[in-house]
Amino acid sequence: MTELDRRQDRSPVPQDWTYAPAPEARDIVSLRGRYGHFIGGEWVEAAETYTTIAPRDEEPLAEIGEGTEQDVERAVAAARGAFEDGWSALPGSERAKYLFRIARILQERAREFAVLESLNGGKPIKESRDVDLPLAAAHFFYYAGWADKLEYAFPNRQPRPVGVAGQIIPWNFPLLMLAWKIAPALACGNTVVLKPAETTPLTALLFCDVLRQAELPAGVVNIVTGDGRTGAAIVDHEGIDKIAFTGSTEVGKAIQRRLAGTGKKLTLELGGKAANIVFDDSALDQAVEGIVNGIYFNQGHVCCAGSRLFAQESIVEPLVEKLKRRLETLRVGDPLDKNTDVGAINSRMQLDKIEELVQAGRDEGAEIYQPPCTLPEKGYWFAPTVFTNVAQSYRIAQEEIFGPVLSVLTFRTPDEAVEKANNTPFGLSAGVWTEKGSRILWMAQRMRAGVVWANTFNRFDPSSPFGGYKESGFGREGGRHGLEPYLEFDA
Amino acid sequence: MAQAPVLPAGFELPLEPRLPRIGSVDAVALEERAASLAKRSIKKQAKVFALELAIRCIDLTTLEGADTPGKVAALCSKAVRPDPADANVPSVAAVCVYENLVPTCVERLRGTGVHIAAVATGFPSGQYPTDLKVADARRAVELGADEVDMVIDRGAFLSGRYAKVYDEIVQVKEAVGPAHLKVILETGELGTYDNVRRASLLAMAAGADFIKTSTGKIPSAATLPVALCMLEAIRDVHAETGRAVGFKPAGGVRVAKQAVQHLVLVHETLGIDWLAPDRYRIGASSLLNDVLMQLRKERSGAYQSPDYFTVD
Amino acid sequence: MSRLPVKKTYKLFIGGAFPRSESGRTYEAQGQNVARGSRKDARDAVQAARKAQAGWAAATAYNRGQVLYRLAEMVEARAAEFAELCSGRAEVERAIDRIVWYAGWADKLPQVLGGSNPVAGPYFNFTIPEPTGVVAVLAPDEPALLGFVSRVLPPVVGGNAVVAVASETSPLAAIELAEAIATSDLPGGVVNILTGSRAEIAPHLALHMDVNAIDLCGADGQSTELEEAAAENVKRVVRGRPDVQSPWEIAAFLELKTVWHPIGL
Repeated sequence: MTELDRRQDRSPVPQDWTYAPAPEARDIVSLRGRYGHFIGGEWVEAAETYTTIAPRDEEPLAEIGEGTEQDVERAVAAARGAFEDGWSALPGSERAKYLFRIARILQERAREFAVLESLNGGKPIKESRDVDLPLAAAHFFYYAGWADKLEYAFPNRQPRPVGVAGQIIPWNFPLLMLAWKIAPALACGNTVVLKPAETTPLTALLFCDVLRQAELPAGVVNIVTGDGRTGAAIVDHEGIDKIAFTGSTEVGKAIQRRLAGTGKKLTLELGGKAANIVFDDSALDQAVEGIVNGIYFNQGHVCCAGSRLFAQESIVEPLVEKLKRRLETLRVGDPLDKNTDVGAINSRMQLDKIEELVQAGRDEGAEIYQPPCTLPEKGYWFAPTVFTNVAQSYRIAQEEIFGPVLSVLTFRTPDEAVEKANNTPFGLSAGVWTEKGSRILWMAQRMRAGVVWANTFNRFDPSSPFGGYKESGFGREGGRHGLEPYLEFDA
Repeated sequence: MAQAPVLPAGFELPLEPRLPRIGSVDAVALEERAASLAKRSIKKQAKVFALELAIRCIDLTTLEGADTPGKVAALCSKAVRPDPADANVPSVAAVCVYENLVPTCVERLRGTGVHIAAVATGFPSGQYPTDLKVADARRAVELGADEVDMVIDRGAFLSGRYAKVYDEIVQVKEAVGPAHLKVILETGELGTYDNVRRASLLAMAAGADFIKTSTGKIPSAATLPVALCMLEAIRDVHAETGRAVGFKPAGGVRVAKQAVQHLVLVHETLGIDWLAPDRYRIGASSLLNDVLMQLRKERSGAYQSPDYFTVD
Repeated sequence: MSRLPVKKTYKLFIGGAFPRSESGRTYEAQGQNVARGSRKDARDAVQAARKAQAGWAAATAYNRGQVLYRLAEMVEARAAEFAELCSGRAEVERAIDRIVWYAGWADKLPQVLGGSNPVAGPYFNFTIPEPTGVVAVLAPDEPALLGFVSRVLPPVVGGNAVVAVASETSPLAAIELAEAIATSDLPGGVVNILTGSRAEIAPHLALHMDVNAIDLCGADGQSTELEEAAAENVKRVVRGRPDVQSPWEIAAFLELKTVWHPIGL
């Protein structure tokens, strides 16, 4: 700097710039103390309940019904009744208008739902506000438009609804997964029995109020809360024609086994261990953003998370340096604070799993890096973590951690990248970072994954089909293809 | 005269002075990152901090054909004492004027600590012979400018004559002697973020003390993504060579909210070290009053009216 | 004493605003004074359409769908008024449902009309539909509202901007629709509506070098001359029918672009 550098300062030189807390107002949500199940358009008392909490500080939020076999029986009966009593016979254009109503109401009440989603699930408000809610509303809007156009989606096949669908959804995108399940099912003329995840029932229960406002006929959508046993009751019920499950590969396989021989249709969206492949000619700073988004978005509770970073050896050092530096600016904290980037881990159980696998990573010899961050005392928290010097055989490179933990491996040539990326029983998603167009297409052609993101990551759209290869599941959600699991065809 | 290298694309060879990897910039991801940083919620004390910092970093600017000593004298008063009603409001960093008005500034700003920045080198177009531009810069310093804001030759850059662009900057740097050199890229004319990055690296390699987005004379100026792109280039140069180059967005930063967003960008890309007038300036004119209004609103709780703030 | 109502003034709809005809002329239709559009109004409408078209095409398909759905919301709110201006409530309800139907196509067209093509070589090849640009539409006389909606929605949902000539004998439903459009978030200039003598206005649109396509649904006896005029800049000529709904109606106003890119290291 030059001699003329005289600085006019009346205030002291700042040591740091701390952002003041910027909490989103919680009072937009009003919760009941106790919820039952939503069956046949009415609230039905639950005999037994459990408490659902806020993972940021373990505050109890409400009592939630433990769905029994009888509850499931009632729900299926209501769904069957609604199906036969008119829903399936309703012209598609009328079904469409119900779904458009639901979409619009979700848009209107988006902030309310976003706050509740962050409170109950732990994800930052900026994600539930900017990603979950807009996508959920968009999903209903998109499928509304298909309801009366099925003959164009499947020409010459005479598409008809399947009947009653049993849907079991996970805790990582509670409302969005609900939208992904209910929207196509209803658009195709089916009725639904849906079970939200045990730890995140609240937005599904609030959604029942949207159904009331939309005047959806009773029994078309039924919500039964509970844990794995409630889910099993749904899977086993003979009155259900089709099961849709999103969750862990382990449970998915169990469901597939149970349905063997029953003739029930099934779609599964299971786990992943996505490779995020960065070539030395990529736009490096943007690749870093993509990596960060790929594994720290939603605390890494994402089936398609880019949990294995494959850095081309020629740039691994600058890449990892930039990555570590970027991690330092990630803000971990109160999910309801608008400036929070990384929220709370969804449950004690999930936190235990993450800690176990991270310890395994240390034990197996990988090098760990975590940026300095103060984690709150109460609640479930894990700092964003990067492991370098990871071998393909380490548990952290093989098993789905479902947390904010990235493993960094290297490769030398595109062939090697393809081989290593595909070397997993999973096949949900993959990322490719290179400025060379032909290489993007060459890599995309070879990735054994249902979704390939090139120079981007974690992009979702209702018109874009999503689903896995291999043990990441089968069936697609989104797009014209997302209608298929909910239809029967002559041809 | 330095032998300017033709910048290679792709396979980088070691260069003197050292350059970081030139590389490319993905526009979609860059714009998303900038938009996401723009959503930071900066409230209360954090906001007051930002607003005061913004004032201390402003280069209060007037660059009109119609500028007169009278107009500039008033600007200088405003620069020293932005808010006559509040002596605690700091002075701005500098005033930024055309060369003819530098003597007026010298007279008015003597002893105040506010710097004098002059635009030179055929501002804003830069479409003049090199020797004239260099002489222009030298003259500005002779007249009393502490800082010179030069423009790069965009015609040369866009026709691939990078060595010429580099050369001119080196010569101007030499000509301004101890004065600070800010190099204006005029990003709105460069067309792509790739070009913004290349021009940034080139300017820094040639000796810029600051890189600056725009002249403020064309519609497209200091957008957040462009600023982010340049800040990333500054970061790479610092990581590679240890040299700390400053950044100045200019043009299009009209309201306090934008200024705060720009500061967040710097904070989360380069860190607290860059949040001071020796490494950060905002070229602006009407921004100052909006910042003053916001500051008074934070302190009093009431939304303000422009009537209560002097235009100069 | 019964109350005297405030009578509406029926004007043109150009660039999102309601100007009178630059010619100052009016004529009587359905008991009202209606603007009698001139060739200069047509010229202005085409300019407004061209100006608005790029932005409309660049909006996401989702956004276009939402805007058109909102148009349906606006028409539904005014259903009673519309019913007075056409054959009745039943027609209005069909028109609203048709708007909703078309709104739902916005984000589905590439999946039905385009796709990737399996060429015999190491290339990724895909075909995408794109709007043709500015479309002139001669709306039919019957059904007054449904016919107008049936011809105007398809080009609009595909991303085109429209200059529509309303029915000469029953133009009021179209002007009422302009008011619904003006409150629907549809950007000004995406739909422009001219009233007046179809025989006078149509040839200027058919000959206009900055109009990309023309729908001759309401052309009456002028079709042949209009088709000839359209050949001047190779306009796409569509002989639309007044009461249909199909994605192929949308496709008639779309161009198909096919892109190749090598697949390799």
